[in-house]
Amino acid sequence: MSTATLDKVEAEAQASPYITVTFRIRRFNPEISDEATWQDFELEIDPKERVLDGLHKIKWDMDGTLTFRRSCAHGICGSDAMRINGRNRLACKTLIKDINPDKPITVEPIKGLTVLKDLVVDMDPFFQAYRDVMPFLITKGNEPTRERLQSAEDRARFDDTTKCILCAACTSSCPVFWNDGQYFGPAAIVNAHRFIFDSRDEGGEQRLEVLNDKDGVWRCRTTFNCTDACPRGIEVTKAIQEVKRALITRRF
Amino acid sequence: MSATDHVELSSSSAAYGPDNPAPVIEPPRARTKRTPRSTRTNFEMYGWLFMRLSGIVLVVLVIGHLLIQLVLDGGVTKVGFAFVAGRWASPFWQTWDLIMLWLAMLHGGNGLRTVINDYAERDNTRFWLKMVLYTATAFTIILGTLVIFTFDPNIR
Repeated sequence: MSTATLDKVEAEAQASPYITVTFRIRRFNPEISDEATWQDFELEIDPKERVLDGLHKIKWDMDGTLTFRRSCAHGICGSDAMRINGRNRLACKTLIKDINPDKPITVEPIKGLTVLKDLVVDMDPFFQAYRDVMPFLITKGNEPTRERLQSAEDRARFDDTTKCILCAACTSSCPVFWNDGQYFGPAAIVNAHRFIFDSRDEGGEQRLEVLNDKDGVWRCRTTFNCTDACPRGIEVTKAIQEVKRALITRRF
Repeated sequence: MSATDHVELSSSSAAYGPDNPAPVIEPPRARTKRTPRSTRTNFEMYGWLFMRLSGIVLVVLVIGHLLIQLVLDGGVTKVGFAFVAGRWASPFWQTWDLIMLWLAMLHGGNGLRTVINDYAERDNTRFWLKMVLYTATAFTIILGTLVIFTFDPNIR
């Protein structure tokens, strides 16, 4: 009896947690070629680790030219949004065991933005749309001498959209944005929503006016790609529809 | 590395280097500081609302139309000049067909306008496709309206 238990413990200790995973990465280097190519990397990795750990292993031990963005590596900074197995996710929040490591794991840059190198895209148009919705508190009159207080209910009204980390996973999953970069995109609308429904803010009307324009919320086709892509679980499509509803109820 | 091998084989891209990087592929119609220009109209909102409301009305009108024309009372074989003349003698069916014509053409036209706006990337292509669409829509609406109002059952 005791030997059996001992054997089991020994067997577990000997069994390596590592498995062999193939990373199929979309490489693009304008200093070498004008074409992007797929490159396979095989690596030994614990399936409980994340895709970002795999990318680190490749960059640090196999091919230092692999280029990607990451800062905090814990799902807060929103730097490492990429298309993993055809879906926009954060590499630092995607466990390898959750995305079927038996097949090659494809890693691509997010779509709809200019690829500069490998997995790095030009985020300028994305942040321009963010700036265009005025994502800051707008108030009239004198500044209060203490904090701008707010009831718990008022805070809850826009709680969902405060979670945005501006990773661009939603905007770069939107088929309208892929075809027309003039569309504000879900992320900008989410951040407008955060202030439009904030009881302390008085610039809601201006933001609604911006989003009422031809490249605003009316271009949303409710495909729900953004809600599926959001790594923070924000109900993005719902937020966009709430802005639409606010626009309609404001007019009639 | 397979990527570099591939490049060395192709003569056209062999010239790319740190001093001469390859052109990057820009996404269509990227947003800049200057675009898009604000129009400050409610047109898109009314368009969006129109699509929802006309859609609801069209469900009734079109399904009713299809039932009468194709299913009830002998189906499509009964439709002839006399059948149309008989129906258009009544102002009710005239109104029905007129509303259906206008709503269906505007609904479909606005839908296609949306599709063109989404998928036609070049400004010129988009403009001319929309001009063709507007012309076709206006022509069909005007012709249809004319026929409904000037229909003469005794035409020879």
